[in-house]
Amino acid sequence: MRIKLLASLAAALFAAGAAIAQQPIKIGAFLSVTGGAAFLGDPEQKTLELYVEKLNAAGGILGRKLQLISYDSAGDAEKARTFAKRLIEQDKVDVIVGGSTTGETMAVVPLVEAAGMPFISLAGAVVIIEPVKKWVFKTPHTDRMACERIFLDMRARKIESIGLISGAGGFDKSMRAECLKVAPAYKIQIVADEAYGGGDTDMTAQLTKIKGTPGVQAVLNAGFGAGPAIVTKNFRQLAIGVPLYQSHGVASKEFIKLAGDAAEGVRLPAAALLVAETLPDADPQKKVVVGYSREYTARFKSDVSTFGGHAYDGLMLAVEAIRRSASTNKEAIRSALESIHGYVGTGGVVNMSAGDHMGLDVSAFRMLEVSKGNWVLVK
Amino acid sequence: MSAQLAQYLLSGLTVGAIYALVALGFAIIYNASHVINFAQGEFVMIGGMVSVSLANAGLPLPLAIPVAVLAAAAVGLALEKFAVEPARGASVVTLIIITIGASILLRGLATLVWDKNLHPLRPFSGDRPIELAGATILPQSLWVLGVTFAIVLLLGWFFGRTLTGKAMLATSYNPLAARLCGVNVRFVLLLSFGLSAALGAVAGILIAPITLTSWDVGVMLGLKGFAAAILGGLGSGAGAVAGGLLLGIAESLGAGYVSSAYKDAIAFVIILAVLFFMPSGLFGKKSAERV
Repeated sequence: MRIKLLASLAAALFAAGAAIAQQPIKIGAFLSVTGGAAFLGDPEQKTLELYVEKLNAAGGILGRKLQLISYDSAGDAEKARTFAKRLIEQDKVDVIVGGSTTGETMAVVPLVEAAGMPFISLAGAVVIIEPVKKWVFKTPHTDRMACERIFLDMRARKIESIGLISGAGGFDKSMRAECLKVAPAYKIQIVADEAYGGGDTDMTAQLTKIKGTPGVQAVLNAGFGAGPAIVTKNFRQLAIGVPLYQSHGVASKEFIKLAGDAAEGVRLPAAALLVAETLPDADPQKKVVVGYSREYTARFKSDVSTFGGHAYDGLMLAVEAIRRSASTNKEAIRSALESIHGYVGTGGVVNMSAGDHMGLDVSAFRMLEVSKGNWVLVK
Repeated sequence: MSAQLAQYLLSGLTVGAIYALVALGFAIIYNASHVINFAQGEFVMIGGMVSVSLANAGLPLPLAIPVAVLAAAAVGLALEKFAVEPARGASVVTLIIITIGASILLRGLATLVWDKNLHPLRPFSGDRPIELAGATILPQSLWVLGVTFAIVLLLGWFFGRTLTGKAMLATSYNPLAARLCGVNVRFVLLLSFGLSAALGAVAGILIAPITLTSWDVGVMLGLKGFAAAILGGLGSGAGAVAGGLLLGIAESLGAGYVSSAYKDAIAFVIILAVLFFMPSGLFGKKSAERV
């Protein structure tokens, strides 16, 4: 009797041990696949699915398969919190790659900090990593970098005073604040500062005010979603006649589709990914962006967007961190993320550190212009 | 300065015309049944989304638009037949809550039938802006104003000259007397929903090229149309049109001269002000009850 009991206990332990070794590495995600931020979350979701599949086909990581658990938060911060909680407590994932929008990301930050869960955000605002939070990283360029890149281009075109128009969302407000802050350093004066609401469908009043302000040599629209598309259309309608700059929040063909012909000539800072094929061969990013661009277009038959690229970078960084720490211990993954140097992603070359949880600098941004419905690199 | 003013007025008139159409929808249903149909905004959404789907499927616009309007009218008739008529003995508050439920249902169905993304509709006659008094207006805005004007005239003729229209007016004054005169009150109610739905759909189709359409455009447009209807006096057709245009212009001027961030608040502040100081609106009849 005793022997039978011991034997079955041993068998159970053995089986349990084997089972743990086979357990997949769980990558959790909450993305805005539907809703106003769908053109951020939809390519992100597709990218994560595609590359988890590819990595598993190549044998997985550390001999274990990857499992993607992802939820659709539809751009809603409340839903994002609920799903993040579920990922942490119920699904017990090892790392979270997600948070398509700033609002959703910031709502989730307290949760991941309290739970000690490594979190790679795919949202834009600089507040996500400044001040640095122990468990929060991000892959997209910040709004401050966008302002700086835009101001650099404006100075090159001898533009000194501009009008600013922004929306009501987290990213919009953050980018507006950053642009106001860094403008003096680039000797740019912001002489008009208008705002529109989240669901607004007509911005002609605000743009008319900007048009009537003397000395406006260019207009900068800080925002993403439907707002910038309508601003662009209204901008053409009013024939304001000065250059229009958008943020990297609209770095997707969806924006060109929504704004139509009005998008012609609009400039924005974006990752090299959008002009992958036309990059010079010597460009350090060319191999990675061309590879991702071709694989994504071949599988999904639609154009790449920088947002999918951010998800790619997020996943690859997480996977690299897991490889380096040779475990799924969350603290080990976190320190491994901080130690990544010289990683070439779709967004740029990443150099993380304890004080910098994003790792990109202004040179990672290229200035693009919309020409004949397509992106063109501005020399 | 006056070029700016002209711009604000033109933009305000355009969006005001849309509010006017939505407000007319509220007025017609309110007249027939004293019910405020909070699903009115969803008819606007259905008109826009159906025409986008049909246009994307290859149907030319002159064909897609009437089909979309008929589809919305069908939804309006179904709403009346299956949600309002079975509950016709209930109090007005119950019926209003039923319409709120219906609007939530319609929004949910819209996300299933279509998706949650934004969709553009091709402008009817191009999008080269036209200069007018120092301001610019889109050709689509001219369509909005022109069609709204035509519809207002058409409705005036319908309610004033045709027997059906007069029967609807009679029902709004006194349903019992109308029934005694041989008016089929149930049919009038059905017709009012269908007509309001068609009006909402037209508004949605007219504005879709300018503002993009999606599953939830109905919420704000419905609420603002309701504000316009209250401003003009609930139940009054002329009031609905006047209220809509006034609200559109007030929003535009407010955004231009006061603060652009609070544009949405203007409509709701107006509702509050009207309900506090002038509950029967600009053109509404002051009602008195016999005790």
